[in-house]
Parts: sequence; structure tokens; C-alpha cells
Amino acid sequence: MSKVVSVSKQEPEKVKNKIDWINFLEKYRVVLIFLVLCIFAGFLSDAFFTTSNIMNVLRQVSIIAIIATGMTLVILIAGIDLSVGAVMAFSGAILAGVLTAGLPLWVALVASTAVGLLFGLINGVIVSNFGVPSFIATLAIMVIARGMTLVYTKGYPLVVNNEAYRFIGGGKIFGIPVPIIIMFVVIGVMFWVLKYTSFGRYIYAIGGNEEAARLAGIQVRSIKVAVFGIAGYLSAVSAMIYTSRLMSAQPTAGTGIELDAIAAVIIGGTSLAGGKGGVIGTLIGALIMGVLDNLLNLMNVSPFYQNIAKGLVILIAVLIDSRFSKLKRS
Amino acid sequence: MGSKALEMIGITKEFPGVKALDDVSIHVNRSEILALLGENGAGKSTLMKVLAGVHQPSEGKIKINGQEVSINGPKHSQELGISIIYQEFNLVPHMSVAENIFLGREPRFTTGVIDRKRLRSDTEQWLEKVGLYSLSPNALLSSLSIAEQQLVEIAKALSFESNIIIMDEPTATLNEEETEKLLHIIRGLRSQGFGVIFITHRLEEVEKVADRISVLRDGKYVGSELLQDIDRHQMVTMMVGRELTDLFPVPNKSQDELALVVENLSVKDRLVDINFSVKKGEILGVAGLMGSGKTPLSKALFGLYPDMQGTVKVGGKKVTQPREAIDAGLALVTDDRKDEGLVLGMSVYENLLLPSYRKISSFGVLQKRKKEKIVDRWIKDLKIKVHHSSVEVGTLSGGNQQKVVLGKWLQMEPDVLILNEPTRGIDIGAKAEIYQIMCSLAEQGIAVILISSDMPELLGLSHRMLVMNEGAIAAELEKEDFNQEKIFQYAAGGEIHV
Repeated sequence: MSKVVSVSKQEPEKVKNKIDWINFLEKYRVVLIFLVLCIFAGFLSDAFFTTSNIMNVLRQVSIIAIIATGMTLVILIAGIDLSVGAVMAFSGAILAGVLTAGLPLWVALVASTAVGLLFGLINGVIVSNFGVPSFIATLAIMVIARGMTLVYTKGYPLVVNNEAYRFIGGGKIFGIPVPIIIMFVVIGVMFWVLKYTSFGRYIYAIGGNEEAARLAGIQVRSIKVAVFGIAGYLSAVSAMIYTSRLMSAQPTAGTGIELDAIAAVIIGGTSLAGGKGGVIGTLIGALIMGVLDNLLNLMNVSPFYQNIAKGLVILIAVLIDSRFSKLKRS
Repeated sequence: MGSKALEMIGITKEFPGVKALDDVSIHVNRSEILALLGENGAGKSTLMKVLAGVHQPSEGKIKINGQEVSINGPKHSQELGISIIYQEFNLVPHMSVAENIFLGREPRFTTGVIDRKRLRSDTEQWLEKVGLYSLSPNALLSSLSIAEQQLVEIAKALSFESNIIIMDEPTATLNEEETEKLLHIIRGLRSQGFGVIFITHRLEEVEKVADRISVLRDGKYVGSELLQDIDRHQMVTMMVGRELTDLFPVPNKSQDELALVVENLSVKDRLVDINFSVKKGEILGVAGLMGSGKTPLSKALFGLYPDMQGTVKVGGKKVTQPREAIDAGLALVTDDRKDEGLVLGMSVYENLLLPSYRKISSFGVLQKRKKEKIVDRWIKDLKIKVHHSSVEVGTLSGGNQQKVVLGKWLQMEPDVLILNEPTRGIDIGAKAEIYQIMCSLAEQGIAVILISSDMPELLGLSHRMLVMNEGAIAAELEKEDFNQEKIFQYAAGGEIHV
């Protein structure tokens, strides 16, 4: 598992001299795979290592990376959230709807993120208070949110006319596209939360051993609800960018994005069993998929083949994972 | 008595640093029920594991029907006609009874398709042998009671055509009626010519079914007697007869102030009207057999049963859920380190801090310096052997893991510490250290509730002792009047004649 945000990095200098090569590889293998892929891409295409291309990749990755950050938290508590794509579509529709009604931008942003948060909290309550497996609970919420989006938009895209709003998806600060900045802020904050707050450490404890966590006086239910809430909220943040990029809310927005997000989390080394992994791994996981897409685009490979390539990368990542756990045991 | 079905001669099993079995010789005849007795840790299970082929003996011979054999592994043991029924069943809950009995060796047609008719009739035949006449072979295992599941397990054992059946505390989870039925089945097995080895702590059951007893103590063979030549008192003496060494520090005097008061505590199907209190600085022992309600008691005190009735008060504060229990000054070291005590994949560092996080964080942000101080302190004070605190706790030895659990709770500065089997699976050195820690905690005024099935430690450390039986307190004994025999008899639900 990726140990980027993990427990055993409290005092890197002291630990470092004890790491043998297996541990080193295990810890940084996602980074290594990513670097190899980038070098490879650089050889195959001259356009790859240009500032504009790198910005392009990062911007394309931002939406998935933000959703995958929320997904990482959910998977860390050994859950799953299938509703993120549908919630993204619905909160995007709300955002566009509020703007079309002529209300100020900030109202629209607050309303849409509140909707995302609410859906997440509902997921959390169903899972932790009623004991429904998260796969089922969020599947139901996914279908409901998708349906509500269709009802709200009547099946048509909602076009946005607010020019100030274009800045979120298309603007730049110091030459850096705003979505990239939002992505780094989100990941940075979550990295810090996971590592330096009690809330973050409880997430790992619950994922590692829920019963032990409960017996240590941790309010397991509340933490779970909060984690799903964050995932819902971050879906809405992604919707903010996505809707702004297109300047319209699509009823089909985010279809299948939950699977991309889960893939990014897994490639990033977070364990589906919970308790191990972190958001930096997820960022790199998302980047690996983004670079792969980008490279295949630059090489003019048909998009149909891109899916096959992506699937293979996921498979390879998981196979390497199981290899390592076997190596470690022996 | 018939010929010897199984004979173990001079079995010695050494583990690094421990002699788990030392020159043990037992045998069981055909058509005989042998009760194997001994305290926990006496070596009974190790001996059975030798028979199961899990352990290879360092010395000694095993003979089956007079022929010397060496048992290479569980499968080989089965082939030699030995079937062992463990306390935990090896059954698949969502499959039928028939599928469970013939799992992996279902009767098939030549096409490879399962011959359902034969599967059914074969199953019925084995079920009849264990008295399950009315049970359908197609019934789902999970729809059966524990007692029935156990009989299915026995039927499965018989279906391997074994002639030696070993049962490891088969009655521990059964009620009285079910126990009677099982004992009846065991007698039936005897009349069919099986040699049965029956491990139990309940002496009344021994008196009911056994032909002969063999006793182990501290890995050594104490002796065998025909049941008719021995009474319960002598059995206990054979099992116990151990001198307490200075493993235990001299206990302090307890204070008068009450730390914990329990009134009319009941939990459905688990605990019946429990009343007791613990004083500051007192070590209260809780004894009882497996399934007597010791562990449920520890959990109820900690507020883990939402449907519990009655009151638990710590320092005058009522406790109904774990967070309240912790805030009131209660700490629980459970008997299940792996599943309840530790997050095995996390570091020693984090496990030590887990309950304390909310105390040492300001607005949820953790303070690095405070964390390190705490961790360093407990690693040093409790002598936790680990080369760095960032090591995963799952890689530590049992004793050191237990110290981590202790440390994480001591950091919470509890007034009442509940220890459930604190020394289970721990070597003698670490045991002694944990005893020292317990006594020094009591000296500091902490009330300690010591739940244990290790008699010497209960006798050596407790100021007072509760003996539990079937979810209720069977006796409360003061230090002057407790001894091993008395406790054994109360725990077994027996009458006491002093």
C-alpha cells in the first residue's frame, strides 16, 4: 500500500535507514510507475513536456482528482461511494438553475455545495445508522440523484450566462488555471486533515479495526457520516468546475466518473479493505490515468483503445499490489 | 475394556524456550470415553494438536491400534482415523447439512455431476448415528441451533470413518438440555466401539460419561484413574496441586472509597442480576468457566450493550455507552487483542495514542510534542520492546502487544481498569511484568477488575473474588476463604460442602 500519508512516516530520517528495498519500493512504487510513464511519454511525444501540455493534463485531471479525494476518505473507512457522479450532476444542475434564476453567483455556489454535502450526509446516515452496506446505499442514492437531475433539467442542458462564473473553470491565477489550484488546495487540505488531526487519524483507525476504534471511545458513526459528507461536498466542488468549463449543466454529467475515481484511488495504493493509503497516492493515481489519456491523444490513438489501455493499467496496478503483499508476508 | 485404540507414549513437545509437553503418556481404548483434564495452559490443546498433525512431537511415540505411526499433517491424521472436533466449527453456514458433511468429497456420477440422491441418503445415515433423525439433509446449516451444528460436525467426523473421536470442550457453548443430549450421543459412540477423548472443565459431565480420566498439569502428565476410583475432590486436587511461586507481588491494602458500583445489571441472554462494587486500590478477581458471562460482564460495564438493564456507576457517574465509560474513568482491556484491542496495521505510536487523541488535540489538530512525550513515556515505563515506535503493532509479540493496549488506557488515567484475560498467550516473563504493573496501579489507588481463567493469577493477585456461573454471580469470596477447589466447584455450578 502506498504509505505516502501513512503511519510509519513520523520521523523519516530515523526510519529511513531501516527501510530495506522492498519497503522502499512498496512505499514509492506508485511514484515510480508515474515517473517511468512520464519519461516514456517524453520519448514518444515531443509535445508532452511542454508547459501548456502539462497544464492541460493537470486541468483535465482536476475534476476526477477532487472527487477521488473524497472517495479516498470513504475507501479508507472500508466503504465505497457510487453516488459521486450523480450527485455532481445534480448539484451542477442546481448551480445552473440558481444562476439562471438571476440570483448572485455566491448564492448559487453555496446552494450547489450544500446540495452535495446533504447527499453525502444522507449516504453517511444510511450507512452508519441503519447499517446498510455502502455499496447498496450509495447505489440507491446514485439512481435517485440521477433521476432528480433529469426531473430538474427535464433532460436538457441548462445553459449558464453568468460571465463571472466562467472564471472558475477557465480563469487563471498567476498563469495557473483555477481548477488546478482548487485541486491542489483540496488535496493539500485533506492531506493535512488525514495526517495531523484527530479526525484524520480516526478515519485510519476505523478502517483498520472498527471495533477497536469503537472501544477506544471514538464516535464511529459520526466520523462515518462526516466522511460521506465530505465526499458529497467534493462532488459538488467538481461540479462547480465542470459546469463552468462547459458553461452549462449537463443532465448526464459525471456518468461513470465514480469508477474513474475508484480506479484512481486503487492505483494510488489505497486499500479497498480500508485503513491504508492516502490522498497523495490518489493524486498520482489520477495523474497516471490522465497522462495515459494524454499520451494516447498525442499519439492519435483512437479513444476506443484508450479505455483498453486504462483497464490494463488498473489491472497491472492491482497485480503489483498483490505481489507486494505476498513478498512482504514471506 | 477393549484393546488400545490410541496410545501416546512419552510425548514431549518443545517450542523455542518452552516445554509445552513433557513426557506425556495417555491412551484410549476402543469403546471407552477418556476425559482429559487440566487447567488452561496445562497442555491439553498442544497434545491434541500433536494428534491432529499440526505439531510434530520432539520426542515420543504414537501408536494406533498397536501400530506405531507418525502423523504428518491434519489430512494424514484424518486418514489414520482420528477426528477432532474443535470449539470453533469448520462448517459453511450458507450451505446445506449434506453439503457440509461431504464438502469436497460429494458422491458424483461419472459425468462429475453430484449424485444428490446418494448425497442425501449417505447424509441421513450419518445423521442417524448422532441422533438427528428428524433433520433434513437439505436444511441450511445456519438455520440450526449451535447444538445441532455441533452434532453435524460430529456426523461429519464420523463420516471420515474414524474410530477415534476427540472433542475439545464441546459443551462450553451448550445449555443444560443440549449438554445432556450430547452426553447421550457420546455414550452412543462408545457403544458403537469408538474411542472418545473428551476435554472439558465441567467435572459433573466427567462424572456422567467418562470411564477414565487422565490429568495434565503444566505440560506434565499427572496420572490416570478409573472414574469409579476417584471423586470430584480428588480430581480437582490432581488438576490443581501447584505451588504459587513469587510470581505475584504482595498486594497492597485497598482503600475504603468505592470506585465502581454495579446494581441489578442484566443483559438479555447474557447476564442475570449482577450486583457488586469495587474499592479504590482493590484488585477484584472474576473467575468462571468459558461461557459463564465473564466477557459479557466486562463489556456491559463498558456500556457496550445498548439493551442493558440496571446501573453501572463509576465515581458516581452513570455509564451507558463507551464514550461515557471512558470519560467517567473506566478503561477496558479486552480479551481479544486482535479484533478489539489494537488496530494491527497501525504503528505502536498510533495505537498508544488512539483513545487520547481528543485529549491532546486543540480544535482537532494534534500536537506533535505532546504525542511524542506520551509515546516515549509508555514505551519506557511499560518496557515495550520495539526498536521504533513507528513499527506496526501487529508485528510485536503477544506480551508487547498487550503492553501497548495497557499503555493506551493508562494514558487516559483511569480510576477503574478492567482487564479481561490480560496474560492469555503471553510468556511467563511478560506475565510477571504485567502482574507488577497491576499491583503498582492498585497501589496508586486504581481499582482493578481482573477477569481471568488463569487460577494462579486470580488467587495470587485478587483481594476479593467473584465466581460466575451461567451469567450470574455464584459466589463472592474474600481472600481468607478462597481456594482453587472452592472456586472450581462454584464455577462448575456444584454444591459446596466445606
